[in-house]
Amino acid sequence: MVTFWVVLLAISILLYVLLDGFDLGIGILFGFTRSDARRDAMVNAVAPVWDGNETWLVVTAVILWGAFPLVYSVLMSAFYLPLIIMLAALILRGVSFEYRHRAKRSRWVWDWSFAGGSLAATFMQGLTVGALVRGLPVVDGHYAGGTFGWLTPFALLCGAGLCLGYSLLGAAWLIQKCEGEIREIAYRQITWLALGVLAFLIVVFAYALADHLRIIDRWLERPYLFVFPVIGALAAGVLGASIRQHWDGLPFTMVVLIFLAAFGTLAISFWPYMIPFAITIDDGAAPASSLAFMMWGEGLFVFPLMLIYNVIAYSVFRGKVAANPHHG
Amino acid sequence: MDATALLLSRLQFAFTISFHIIFPSFSIGLAAWLTVLEALYLKTGRPAYRTLFEFWLKIFGVAFGLGVVSGIVMAFQFGTNWSELARMSGPIQGPLLSYETFTAFTLEASFFGILIFGRSRVPPWFYLFSTAMVALGTTLSAFWIMANNTWMQVPTGYVVQNGIYVPDDWWKIVMGWVPWVRFSHMLMAAYLTGAFCVAATGAWYLLRRVYKDEAHVMLRMGLGLGAVLLPIQIFFGHLNGDYVHDLQPAKFAAIEGRWHDEQPAGEVLIALPDPAAETNHYEIKIPVLGSIIGSMSLTSKEVGLTSFPPQDRPPVIIPFFTFRIMVGCALIMLALAWIGSYLSYYGRLERNRLLLWATFLSFPLPFIAILTGWYTAEVGRQPWVVYGVLRTAQAVTPFLTAYEAAISLAVFCSVYTLIFAFGTYYINRLLRAGPTGTGIARAAVPNRPISLAGDQNPVGAAGYAPAGE
Repeated sequence: MVTFWVVLLAISILLYVLLDGFDLGIGILFGFTRSDARRDAMVNAVAPVWDGNETWLVVTAVILWGAFPLVYSVLMSAFYLPLIIMLAALILRGVSFEYRHRAKRSRWVWDWSFAGGSLAATFMQGLTVGALVRGLPVVDGHYAGGTFGWLTPFALLCGAGLCLGYSLLGAAWLIQKCEGEIREIAYRQITWLALGVLAFLIVVFAYALADHLRIIDRWLERPYLFVFPVIGALAAGVLGASIRQHWDGLPFTMVVLIFLAAFGTLAISFWPYMIPFAITIDDGAAPASSLAFMMWGEGLFVFPLMLIYNVIAYSVFRGKVAANPHHG
Repeated sequence: MDATALLLSRLQFAFTISFHIIFPSFSIGLAAWLTVLEALYLKTGRPAYRTLFEFWLKIFGVAFGLGVVSGIVMAFQFGTNWSELARMSGPIQGPLLSYETFTAFTLEASFFGILIFGRSRVPPWFYLFSTAMVALGTTLSAFWIMANNTWMQVPTGYVVQNGIYVPDDWWKIVMGWVPWVRFSHMLMAAYLTGAFCVAATGAWYLLRRVYKDEAHVMLRMGLGLGAVLLPIQIFFGHLNGDYVHDLQPAKFAAIEGRWHDEQPAGEVLIALPDPAAETNHYEIKIPVLGSIIGSMSLTSKEVGLTSFPPQDRPPVIIPFFTFRIMVGCALIMLALAWIGSYLSYYGRLERNRLLLWATFLSFPLPFIAILTGWYTAEVGRQPWVVYGVLRTAQAVTPFLTAYEAAISLAVFCSVYTLIFAFGTYYINRLLRAGPTGTGIARAAVPNRPISLAGDQNPVGAAGYAPAGE
């Protein structure tokens, strides 16, 4: 049963990263776009689905709380300030979808909120993952690192890296979803973003080696882990080709594969820890009566339904959106 | 544990949850009303229903969005500020809230996109289905939230192992009498909120002599629903009082303003409680009524606050007054709904400007009633976070510092003030623009999706552009 919830948690985190990843990424790219028409088209490419995407963040949080209450309590209280900033950023960008349509003179406020909120939320997510990889001080099931215990150069680097990564996802989504000018610009951006992400991965790896992060030892113990970087490298190769050839359908899938490879690498190098080297999956798990109650209802029956709603929502809005949106 | 951090965390929770509850309580009722409108439109083809649907959908969009973004905060806040609660009661509260997210939140979020952007992309029956799914999602959400809060009010079905609350009887936790009575009370409150907002808007248009067709439908449906639901709601309120009387006697005594045991007990209608002197000033009290309300008896003994040790007593002033404000709001709404429905039945409502004004001005009442009702329940539960089991002071994140808590409180206050100010401004502008600002095609053919200019654009297709532009 613990394994069941670990798998569902992993799927939820992955879906969150991929789905909200591309709409946060579009929010970041939005900040680098000046023309109003292009900005509208970018927002339209995600407006019908962003709310459903962000739901996976809440799904992740409540699976953690219900199935791994100790992990939830340690992580939430350890990352106090980053999470508060992330929440405020998500609120501001979330209301912007609705408000920028309603606003007349104050539109610039919501344009800023959308871009700034997307950037700040992404940065904080990357930072928390980086801090986890680096290792959190935990004593007796309580975080013991103080207000800024998570603040390291490595964590900041990961924050910046995720901004690049989500932007890459966002650009790939725009290529798949848009036509005309937006698509052309996205093709130009994606090349630089892909190179940026590549550079980031190299730097992170070098840093981890140089700093003797404990996580690196696990790589040497478990050489089969290298299958994930290999998948990532192959996907990157296809991505490069599809960008040169302008195959609209491929870049997004390839970026998703790269993310899958990175996620797989991290997940397996954490195993069996949830908070590396402090709390294992079994330490963190809720009592069997909680896990069973969750599994026999929401886990086995509702979770597949949730996936179906997502598929329905995406299939209703499939296909390209218009390049020049019309405001009646 | 830092006492300032505790106080600030409590303020922050109170502030963020008060802000949040306004929007779901509005959108639960509104979602149900949209479903009814869409069904009526599909059945009768009457254009007013469709116009009203498109109109209220836009207001729903703003309110729903505010509810979603302020709700996400709640999923994190239990852990950020109340990590001890999260760790100890996580095995019970976590699963309950995860059911909320799984069954409700995702349902709403997925079909909400179709509701706002998808009318031209799906067949009419599926659009109605999507509306109904959003309404179902908001209702399920309310149920699980009430189940979770009820466990904190009346913990049951668990054993304590190593300081952790381990569930051993989920049936008791979820299907008990108390969560269902409290859920019904909340659901009725949400429907009444929707009803009074709709009726008030109708009254406002009639006062301004605009949109008469739509205004009549809104006023009649709103007040009619209020007239039927209010007596039921007052009955559920009484049932809620019963569980508080039996299971949370200290809270009951605080609400009643009863300091000492009485037999038979009187009922304090209004007074100024004085916690220092443990007595009431300016008291108006009806003898014996307290025993009747508490125990349906003429002779029962009712417990006073001084029967509890001081460290186990809730604050008195807040629950005492918030309860009376809530009841007062309910009684005013009852009078309005009954008189208004009576006049409307005889076709005299439109000429009665006094009542139209009163109905228009009544729109804050359901919100005030909901907030004061929650303050009664939550402040009355103190000093416990899980009643009788875990004190609020022991639940706070032990290493949280005052300045971290101050920063987060300041962040939430400023962000919420900004989005609330603009949200109400935009809703007000939509209401002012009225139902005909929707830009839907006038020559609507019943049972067929309407084709609009810019159909290929999902935003334009749902008439999503701002009114009056």
